[in-house]
Formats: sequence, C-alpha cells, structure tokens
Amino acid sequence: MAIDLPFIWALILAIGVMMYVLLDGFDLGVGMFTAIAQSEEERNMMTATVEPVWDGNETWLIIGGGGLFAAFPTAYAIIMPAFYLPVLIMLAALIFRGVAFEFRHKAVRRPTHIFWNGAFYGGSFTAAFSQGIMLGGMVQGIHVEGGAFAGGAFDWLTPFTLLTGISVVIGYMLLGACWLVLKTEGELHDKARKWGRMALAGVAICFLAVSFATLSVDASIGDRWGFSMSHIEPARFLPLAPVPLVGMALVAWLWRDLSMKQGAVGTAPDWRPYLLAAGIFASGYVGLGVSLYPFIVPYEISIHEAAARDNALVLMLVGAVIMLPIILAYTAYVYSLFWGKVKPGDGYHAH
Amino acid sequence: MEFDALILSRLQFAFVVAFHILFPAFTIGLAAFLAVCEGLWLRTGREVFKRLYLHWVKIFALAFAMGVVSGVVMSYQFGTNWSLFSEITGSVMGPMLAYEVLTAFFLEATFLGVMLFGWQKVGRKLHFAATCAVAIGTTISAFWILAANSWMQTPAGFAIDAETGNFYATSWIEAIFNPSLPSRLAHMLLAAYTTTAAVILAAGAWQTLKGRTTEPTKWQIRMASGTLAILLPIQIMVGHWSGEVAHKYQPAKIAVVEGWCETKEVQGTVLIAWPDDSECGHAGITVPGTSSFLFPGLEEGEMLHGMDHFPESERPPLWLVFYAFRIMVGAGLGMLAMGIWGTFLWWRKKLDTPGLFHIAAVPAGALGFIAVVTGWITAEVGRQPYTVYGHLRTVDSLSPVSAGQVATSLLVFMVVYAIIFTAGVVYMARIATRGFDDSPTDPAGRERRPPGSPMGAVDDKAETPDDIVAAE
Repeated sequence: MAIDLPFIWALILAIGVMMYVLLDGFDLGVGMFTAIAQSEEERNMMTATVEPVWDGNETWLIIGGGGLFAAFPTAYAIIMPAFYLPVLIMLAALIFRGVAFEFRHKAVRRPTHIFWNGAFYGGSFTAAFSQGIMLGGMVQGIHVEGGAFAGGAFDWLTPFTLLTGISVVIGYMLLGACWLVLKTEGELHDKARKWGRMALAGVAICFLAVSFATLSVDASIGDRWGFSMSHIEPARFLPLAPVPLVGMALVAWLWRDLSMKQGAVGTAPDWRPYLLAAGIFASGYVGLGVSLYPFIVPYEISIHEAAARDNALVLMLVGAVIMLPIILAYTAYVYSLFWGKVKPGDGYHAH
Repeated sequence: MEFDALILSRLQFAFVVAFHILFPAFTIGLAAFLAVCEGLWLRTGREVFKRLYLHWVKIFALAFAMGVVSGVVMSYQFGTNWSLFSEITGSVMGPMLAYEVLTAFFLEATFLGVMLFGWQKVGRKLHFAATCAVAIGTTISAFWILAANSWMQTPAGFAIDAETGNFYATSWIEAIFNPSLPSRLAHMLLAAYTTTAAVILAAGAWQTLKGRTTEPTKWQIRMASGTLAILLPIQIMVGHWSGEVAHKYQPAKIAVVEGWCETKEVQGTVLIAWPDDSECGHAGITVPGTSSFLFPGLEEGEMLHGMDHFPESERPPLWLVFYAFRIMVGAGLGMLAMGIWGTFLWWRKKLDTPGLFHIAAVPAGALGFIAVVTGWITAEVGRQPYTVYGHLRTVDSLSPVSAGQVATSLLVFMVVYAIIFTAGVVYMARIATRGFDDSPTDPAGRERRPPGSPMGAVDDKAETPDDIVAAE
C-alpha cells in the first residue's frame, strides 16, 4: 500500500475540527461572557472583537459535517442519527446566535433588543454545551448493529456526557477570556484576566475529571494508557505521559500569565494567554486522539472501514492540498488586518 | 396519510431547503449587484454608486448571516435524516460538497469580514477585490451545489459496488458535468440575478411612492428594470432548455409538469387543469398541437410519453409539480412584464414619477422568491419517487430515526425559522425602504461609521424610529 488515504483524511478532519474548536471556541466563549457585561457599551466592545471573523470561524464546522460525509460516509451515516437531538439543539443555538450578531444592532425596541442579546449568549452557551455532549457521546461509544445506528434517541444523555458538556463550555470560556485579553484594554481587559483565571481553574478540574472518567468508560482506553483497576503499566503509559504533562505545565504557565497586571514589568505579551490556552486544548485533543484511534465510530468502526472510495479520497486530497494552504493564508491575512485592540471609541452608540 | 419518519423527513428537508434557498438566491444576485456598484464607483467616481453600495451592503450582511446559519443546517440534514442516502452516495456526492466548502464557503465567509468591516482598513482596490471574492465565492458555491443536485437528477459517471451496494465514481468529469448541470446552473444563476433585481426594484419603487426620490433611488430602479428586461427573456429560453434536458432524461417528470395524460405523437400545452373523474384525473384548458414547436427535433414516429406510460410507482405526484411549475412560469412572466414596463418608462423619462408602475413593483418584489421556491418544487418533487433518479428510491434513503424525533426537529425548525425569518425580513425591509439620506453625512461621521470601523456592518444611527420618522 502506497499511501494510507483514510489515515490522511482522518488527520485532515482532526485538524479541521481542531481549527473549529480553537477559532469558534473563542467567539462562543466571548458570546457567553456577554451575559455578564456591565453595560451595552461593554457588550458591544466584546462582540466587536469577534464580528469580523466569526463567519470564517464557523465555516470550520462545515468541515466537521461536510468533511465527515465526504471522507467517511459510513461514519457520518451512523454518528448523525445517533446525535439527532444534540445536533438539532446545536444548530438551533448556532442559528440564533449567528443572526443575533446582526439583529441585536437592528432591534429598535427594548424587548426585542434584550431578546437578541439573550439569543446571543444563550445560543453561544447552548451550542458549546451540545458540542461537549456530542464529544462525550463519541467517547462513551455508539451502539451499532449491522452497520447502522441501533441505539436509543437519548443514548447521548449520561452523567459522563453532562460532564464533557460542562467541560467544553468552560474550555470555550477560557479561550474567550484569553481572546478578550488580546483584543481589549483597560477595565474590560482586567476583567478578562480575572475571568480567564476562573475559567482556567475550572478547566484544570474538568481536565482531570474527564481524563479519569474516560479511562473507566471503555476498557480499551484504560488499556491503551496502561491503566487498569489494579495497576499501572509503565511501558504503555510512559511513552504517552508527555501529553498530559505538557497540558499540566501549560495550565501552570497560563495561570502565571493571567495573574499579572497588564503592562507590569515582566508581563507576557497579550497574545500569549490565547496561545497557551490553545496549547492546553491541543494536549487534551491529542490525548483524545490517542484514546480513540483507529476508531471513527468509537469501539465499532475504524477509519478504514468507514472511508469513502479511494478515488473520492484522492480527488478531495488534491483539492485539500491546494486549497487548505490558501484558506489558511487568507484567514491569517484577515486576522492580521483586524489585529490590534478594539477601542472603546469604536463602540456602536445605540442610544 | 400516516405521518411516519419518511414523510416527516421529507417535509423537514423541503422546509429547511426552501427556507435556505431564499437567501443564497438573494445573496448571489446582491453580491453581483454590489460588485457592479463598487466597480462603477471606482471607475466613474460617481458618488451615487458608492451610496448604493453602502446602502445595500447592510442588507447583504443580514441576508448573508441568515444564509450561513440555514446553510450549516443543510450540511447536517443528509446525515441526521438521510443517512442511508449519505452512506450509499457518499463517495460520489461527498467530494462535490467538499469542494464547495474548500473553494467557495471559506472564500465567502472570510472575505465577507473584509467587505463589511474593512472599509477603512484596506485600500479601495483591495476592498473591491474582497467584494469580488465574495461574489465569485457565491457563484462557485452555486456551481458545486448544482453539480451535486443535478447529479441526483441525471446521475452519470458512476457505478454500483456489487458487494456493499454503495455508489462510486467511474468518471469525475461525467459525474460533475452531468447532463443537466449546464442548463440547471444557468437557470439558477439567472433566477438569483432576477430575484435580486425584483427586490431592488421594489425597494426603489417604495421610496419613490413615499416621495424620497433621490439620485441612488433613481439609479436602482433603472438598473433593476433594465436587468429584468434583459435577463428574463434569456431566463425563459434557459428554462426551456432545462425542460428539454429533463424531457430527455426524466420523461415522467415532464409528463407530470405538462399534465399530459396519454402518450401521443403531438401533445398540447395544458394551461390550467383541475381534478375530475376522468381516467387521467383532470380536466383543463389545453392549447392543442404545441409540442411540435416546444419540443422540436423529435424523430418521425417518436412518441411524447404521457402519464399513462409510467406505472404509478415511477411517477412523481401530479398536482404539486403541475401547479408549482405554472406558478413559477407566471411569476417569471410577471417579472418580465415589470422589466419591459420599467424600461419603457425609463425611455419615456417617466420612471422617476410615482405611478401605477411603482405601485405594482412593490408586491412584484416577491415574484423572484416565489419563482425560486416553486421552481425548486418542480425540480425536486418532480424527481420523486427517487433521490438519485432511477437508482435510489427516497424510501430507501432514510435514517433509522423515529417519527417522534423527526416531528420534534421539524417543529423546532419551524418555530426557529419563523422567528428569525420574521425578524430578518422586518430588519431588511426597514433598511430597504428607508431611502437615501440626500445630504450625505459629513466625511468625519461617515468614516467612523459603517461599514468602516470594526463595528462595521452595525448600522449608523438612523435606525431608531425617531430617525426614520425624521427622514420622512
């Protein structure tokens, strides 16, 4: 075999989903923080930090849906019906918050304005939570019989998935807070540092809770990491140990960065917290990948069993190899265009 | 009729796609209009085109957002409700949809940010490039979606795996450039341009009736009338071309569209029909003998198949397709009439004076949307009882989901879309009908405001009811 196409596509999809998490993660996080904005002006400042880029960010989600369909149709055909209701909830939430970006500025009467503000932060929270639920649902496994989803409509609702749901919400809040640290100044900036620390503490706790819960969810995961009820196998665990260790080190480093005051001597540049938070996500993500590989429908169907025909994968690979660097380049360009702090004076004066 | 998961899923897909299609149809046309306006402004330096751009880009921002959120829904529908279809056709359909994301979706979504928020961040030419990128992106998007959809209508370049029963491509060129793609893509793009023109005309007519006849208002009415007058005749020919292709590959669809009961050598055109007790099920008014003109090039003795030729299990439902087609044609002819009328008034230099034309143009703003939705019903219901015509039946495409789940999701989509559609239309109509302030804001104020600052597409101040009243 020359090239392992399904593996390459699993990698591309994984990177696409990771991009989605890191990018839409911060704008969903910022969306959640608008719930506790002190004034409409502050809320507008917060949304202004994400308005030019959220559309592009959300497009990475289509990679999750469309890419899965295109590269792994069998997995798509099993996972989507399995998460019928959470997908529905996520889509409804994303619809509300997506249009709320525009609508909250257009509403002229107070009740409708309040409604769209609520749709914005409520939608951000609900979208994040349902994504976390689906993540948990994947990790706990999907019931498959005869190559089709054979579970119940509410299989995705368990204590474990609620835990992962909350974890993703807090994780996105951390990304959002770090984004605000990068994009704002003054009072809001100081608040963002505080929110960031609170979220980071939550992330650390969730990180541990989810990790240990995951080890017990399916025997194959504990086995892979070298853990069982009675003992630890160093030969299995040690090669993988850097993944959680790097994650923990990044948590400590980020805590230190967020604890400093802006502009104080020895303070980290404002872009570093976001980068560190992204690193924490990446370590968790790699850990997840290690746990689940080679399954795409956990514990039932591997990436090779679910993959589309080779000629379809090749055709798409050509497109991806040409287009992904271009997409990344112009995405980076647009980000650099809107680089810098959002000024209070830029605010939208509704009244 | 029993409401099982199949019929509910079909209703849901029809609902979410009919809702979604309104926005791409509008934004494809509007993006092109904006690119033309900005290009004209850069070329001629005339303020009026800049003002048209800044006015319509606000509406574009709203419509685009609604298009994006309803489009994300579509990329999950196949999996949630049509998982067997997804699994069976994934190796053919998947890459086409993936290419849409790779070549178009990112382009649109990313450069939309520059278009809406980059007015002072980038130079004029670069901003124009961003507008063009969005306009081109929407068109490429239409290409891939129509390629996938046309493949479902006239599948080509594929084979069926004997072991799994799944489809796979044998020739990508044949699959992508399948027989119905050229005519259907042209038909859709023209539909998008004319739909947008009808809306722009309606907004201008409204402003004229309200006595707010400013320079940009005059220009938007002229441009829209001219566009309709030029494009509608072309659209009618392209529509006919699309019908000829369908006749070749999907004769059952044409039999139903035309309302032909019996197979004959020469068929008439059924103008209108209603149910009765006759064998075919309808009586109507028919212009006899038109088929020799409408379907030329038939060989000697070749028959035009009526519904009697096809067993009921191979036929799409009659009435929905039959009437949807006639409503589409009627809406198209209505837009043609508006275009000719408007161009005539322009020539007679009466286009800027409020009159009967302007009163008619306001409701006519909906004609494009009506034509798009009924045209889509004609095409897609006419494809039944198959999802992939002739190869995969709708009944064999469904997900293993319960009727209760689908009923829930259908209800949720209806409520959510009802809310955002109402709000979106109200907000868009508010901007569109507001008219142009004839004393442009002083440069300083203009620079701070949309779509320049990072607060960009956020509107300028004339958004509160007081300001709207003041403007009147």
